[in-house]
Amino acid sequence: MKEFDTLIVLAVQFAILSLFAIGGAMAVVPEMHRQAVDVAHWMTERQFADLFAIGQAAPGPNIIIVTLIGFKAAGIPGALVATLAMCGPTCVLTYYVSRTFDKYKDAQWRIVVQAGLVPVSVGLFGAGAFVIARAADVSAVAFAITLGTAAIAYWTRFNPLWMFAAAGLLGYLGYV
Amino acid sequence: MALHGFGGVLPWARRAIVEEKRWMTAEEFNEAFAVSQFLPGANVVNLAVVFGGRLHGPAGAAVALLGLMLPPMSIVLVLGALYERYGGIDALQRILTGVAAAAAGLIVAIVIKMAKPMVRELSPAPFVALAAFAAVGIMRWPLPWVLVVMVPVSIALAWWARR
Repeated sequence: MKEFDTLIVLAVQFAILSLFAIGGAMAVVPEMHRQAVDVAHWMTERQFADLFAIGQAAPGPNIIIVTLIGFKAAGIPGALVATLAMCGPTCVLTYYVSRTFDKYKDAQWRIVVQAGLVPVSVGLFGAGAFVIARAADVSAVAFAITLGTAAIAYWTRFNPLWMFAAAGLLGYLGYV
Repeated sequence: MALHGFGGVLPWARRAIVEEKRWMTAEEFNEAFAVSQFLPGANVVNLAVVFGGRLHGPAGAAVALLGLMLPPMSIVLVLGALYERYGGIDALQRILTGVAAAAAGLIVAIVIKMAKPMVRELSPAPFVALAAFAAVGIMRWPLPWVLVVMVPVSIALAWWARR
């Protein structure tokens, strides 16, 4: 019965959240973190950071983090319910809006609305990054890895997987 | 329609849809991407829906969505199960600590890249972004309430700045 309750919570929470995911999945990371770690205690801060890293290292859209959160909360059914709840409402909305959207391609209101949404989504993305970094940076060295990776990713075009491998090696050797 | 689960990364999807299969022209693709960004939800997921819908209606949208989500879902579920099982092992814990820090760094780099074009021009945009960041990231206020207040304010500011 408890599993069933968890599934309901996942479905309702993520379906609502998805409609507020302005600019993508990162916008709702702080809210998912609150629900998963602080409210429902599905996982620890540490596990949240680990799951996020797994989602990043795996191929696919970064919304895939919801699959992992759902899985951690309630196994395979949880993963399916969470992913469906996160994608379902927005997909239906997108499907219908995209059919009429072309008409307003150059409409003044559309340009203004978009101009208003962009800075909000950038701020939310930053908030998501901040929450992730707080969860992941458990030591000064971890913090340095975050800064170093950010710098390398910003100035070069190295494949991120190499950075994951290097950081994983540092961790394995016990430096982090 | 054979949609062989396009890996998910945006440039890859663009190359497959526009350049290789010629399912859409570059303009159509950009337009589809604009809609995907405009509406809530993951951009790539929305893009798959728009793209699938253009080609084959609701069924096309559903197939494109499945093609996008199923392969990565199966992969992360396997990884998630491995994590459940072996996540407690000390060596793996240490590795993951490093990888998690690097994953956070990648996201930070994306934020800086996104924020950069806003700072150059003199407009309310950077302040709006900072306010959204502080409200959700630092104050941890609930996202829906923050958006109910900030989205209208930001749109009003954008309208005012354009005049």
